[in-house]
Amino acid sequence: MAQQLKWQLGTVAEIRQETPKAKSLILELPDWPTHLAGQHVDVRLTAEDGYQAQRSYSIASPPGDKHLMITVERIEAGEVSPYLTDGLRVGDRIELRGPIGGYFVWDARDGGNDGPPLFLAAGGSGIAPLMSMIRHRVSAGIKVPTRLLYSSRSYEEVIYREELDRLSAHDPTLRVIHTLTRRRPPNWMGYGRRIDRAMLADTAWRPAEKPLAFTCGPTAFVETVATHLGELGYKPERIKTERFGPTGG
Amino acid sequence: MAEQFISRGFKGRARETDRARKERIPPGQYETQDFPVLSAGPTPRTQLERWDFSIKGEVAEELKWTWDEFLKLPRETSTVDIHCVTKWSKLDTLWTGVSVDTLLAGIDLDAQPALRYLIAFCDGGYTTNLPLADVRGGKAWVVYEYDGKPLEPVHGGPARLLVPHLYFWKSAKWVRGFKLVREDHPGFWESLGYHNYGDPWKEQRYADD
Repeated sequence: MAQQLKWQLGTVAEIRQETPKAKSLILELPDWPTHLAGQHVDVRLTAEDGYQAQRSYSIASPPGDKHLMITVERIEAGEVSPYLTDGLRVGDRIELRGPIGGYFVWDARDGGNDGPPLFLAAGGSGIAPLMSMIRHRVSAGIKVPTRLLYSSRSYEEVIYREELDRLSAHDPTLRVIHTLTRRRPPNWMGYGRRIDRAMLADTAWRPAEKPLAFTCGPTAFVETVATHLGELGYKPERIKTERFGPTGG
Repeated sequence: MAEQFISRGFKGRARETDRARKERIPPGQYETQDFPVLSAGPTPRTQLERWDFSIKGEVAEELKWTWDEFLKLPRETSTVDIHCVTKWSKLDTLWTGVSVDTLLAGIDLDAQPALRYLIAFCDGGYTTNLPLADVRGGKAWVVYEYDGKPLEPVHGGPARLLVPHLYFWKSAKWVRGFKLVREDHPGFWESLGYHNYGDPWKEQRYADD
């Protein structure tokens, strides 16, 4: 990354209500050099008196898409997220710069169909950068065996649910496993507890298959996943983590 | 951007009215009361019996301490403000550990003026680079207590580097030693698009900021 990351104005082209608390903003940018799946952008808001607030958001759209998607979960006492989810309208503009981050990334061109199997573990809105990877996998036509273990509080709070259902229904090499930690619909067949070692042992690729793991979510979630994967035999350098604390907002 | 863009309808949180406190928050940062955790991989857990801290590299005299020896070094307690590149700042954090000046005291740096850089290396493979001048003169520590308690592994325990005047990725978690070198070598994040120096007051977040 030799060039300076410049602030630019993105225009909100579409707003998608993903869950009761999360919205996706689909942004049109004048100058986007493309990104890698897993990277993030910095968003900057400026009040009339000049006060500014910045936050980072993972990119949910795949590289090469015409528009850039970020998904924002409304944090009750937050400063930036309520503005993005409640205040913005289609046609509004926001300042952002990126792409940022070069470690928590997956590029389908590395290895192609012979690349390592992917194990993705998402907690809540931590799905966003992993969704970029899943979408990238689809748009690049790469069929590396991929499993997503996705923990949400309830069925209604599963972000990108329909798209994940559709993608996994048409692709035997993509498996999506849900766990719902608080409320479950009647006759729910998936997991119904927080992610633990037994669940990871059941769902993650065996270390002998030389998998690559990405996990994103709240700190405690990521700690659990990364620690247990390590104990199950994953090498530390094959477990890439992205955490967000209870603040952020 | 030549003209300042205003985010329509954005008011932001009630402004900090305490001016002295507000002046301690660098541009683009916000104050948090929590202690968020950021790292690129799993949290390493090294047994204290197997832990040591070493100073090596292109230096004439190499030094090494075991955990027990390290705890016997003169300790300092410091209250500092910390600033993470992911935008949070935390004021008045309390740390206890050993001043880097103390660790370097056994090395004749005057006789080796070409050693101008330090690479901190860590369990888990993380590295970060700093000018030697930035960790001398009471500006940096290797700490093992936070807020009066042993430093938790997620926050870098058993010991981490603390360089509060630079963005917090320079305060390497799980630090195991320093390499003193003549030439600067970008560390982990410095090779992945982040700024080589990382001064929060100049908002040096990313390369060329």
